[in-house]
Amino acid sequence: MPELMLDGCALRVAEGTSVAAALALSGDGCTRTSVSGQRRAPLCGMGICQECRVTIDGRRRLACQTLCRDGMHVETQA
Amino acid sequence: MNEYADLLIIGAGPAGMAAALAAASSGARIVLLDDNPLPGGQIWRDGPQAKLPNPARQMRGRLEACSNIRRHSGTRVIACAGPKQLLVEDADRGWVIGYDKLILCTGARELLLPFPGWTLPGVTGAGGLQALIKGGLPVQDERIVIAGSGPLLLASAATAKHNGAQVLRIAEQACAAAVGGFAAQLPRWPNKLMQSVTLFDRHYRTGTYVLAALGNERLEGVRLQQQGKIVELECDRLACGFGLIPNTQLGQALGCELEGQAIAVDAWQTTRRADYYAAGECTGFGGSELALVEGAIAGHAAVGDLDSARALWPRRACWQGFANALNKAFTLDPQLKSLAQPDTLVCRCEDVPYAALAGHTDWREAKLASRCGMGACQSRVCGGTLQHLFGWQPAAPRPPFSPARIETLLCLDDTPPA
Repeated sequence: MPELMLDGCALRVAEGTSVAAALALSGDGCTRTSVSGQRRAPLCGMGICQECRVTIDGRRRLACQTLCRDGMHVETQA
Repeated sequence: MNEYADLLIIGAGPAGMAAALAAASSGARIVLLDDNPLPGGQIWRDGPQAKLPNPARQMRGRLEACSNIRRHSGTRVIACAGPKQLLVEDADRGWVIGYDKLILCTGARELLLPFPGWTLPGVTGAGGLQALIKGGLPVQDERIVIAGSGPLLLASAATAKHNGAQVLRIAEQACAAAVGGFAAQLPRWPNKLMQSVTLFDRHYRTGTYVLAALGNERLEGVRLQQQGKIVELECDRLACGFGLIPNTQLGQALGCELEGQAIAVDAWQTTRRADYYAAGECTGFGGSELALVEGAIAGHAAVGDLDSARALWPRRACWQGFANALNKAFTLDPQLKSLAQPDTLVCRCEDVPYAALAGHTDWREAKLASRCGMGACQSRVCGGTLQHLFGWQPAAPRPPFSPARIETLLCLDDTPPA
């Protein structure tokens, strides 16, 4: 069971859990704030819409296409 | 690091997996590329809350056993790097893959139509919700409304219920006569008849569509037009998708012609560009059975085994019949084009409202005036929407096809100037 850090909080998840799912397990599931200030969460679930983009270990990745790994650091966009 | 493949297959869903396995016995060096962490595409997406069917497991096992098939997961195509060369990127690095032949198995995405409130957290695609749940999204005891069109609504509902959600309504926009007519044809494809029996749900309503998602910071309810009446339901999630549209962007960028909204192919699954094949949903929506047989035909044809390819034509014709019946039954009601209000966002990347787009004559003009389609998704969402709403045909994408790292783009420049 990997343990990762989501916006500074530790979370342990089942093997194979996506980062998108982990965000909903630990909080409100939101990933970013849009250019006009709306909160957004994953929409398409399959790597198309880019709504779920977050910073993972310093790189911009899609939460829906990234599996949680032990020691991973995930930051959403406030 | 660069790489070479006799046969490069883009997409490891049912079509791509079948193509790789069909081509493998030739001994060709095959590379199978996919942007998801695991093979299987959408229908066979694996995860902590997914249960893979046996054929999917078997195909995965066979792929792993083939020493001449190299798989790259979590890898996206970023640009064309030269003749028969693609620049690709995974989580760690970028590199160039050269190839002799290429099979596009890029699948389909959901058609998402804008309606008031659709940008609220809690609203997803219909297949989108299913994919997120398979990946571990918790839905235990959540109240969920599923809306849009097509059999995917029932499949998504089944996944949600299996994981403890309460599905309050499944709103199918097609009328009862159309859905009934489709169901009456199902005995022609017995396994589909069985599937429809197991998926049936008493909360299914035909002639019903979403008018608005309600809530302030987050979804709190949904307003539906249900068989002529307006109904409001409190809920935690709304999953809404209006059928599937082929992913043709990479094919277009590689110079493959379209026919309607799909990549045009002949009986060998060859596109109109020599050495380029396409199979599965990117050649038109038809379901996994059609994708599997098309993929196998493309794989055999790409390595020159035309007899094996030809032997699969009758099976393809059978599943093409199913696809035709499906597409006819779930034709979208023109009313759905008027769900967006002037202030409803159409482009979610650049937050462009409907009012800023209506009145323009084409994509280019609308883009230049509003930045619509110029954000991170590169119009993959609003491009399909605007094609449906206004008939604007999206142009072939320009590189980078997806957001990419600078180091990856630098791989394009490894030849010193003369």
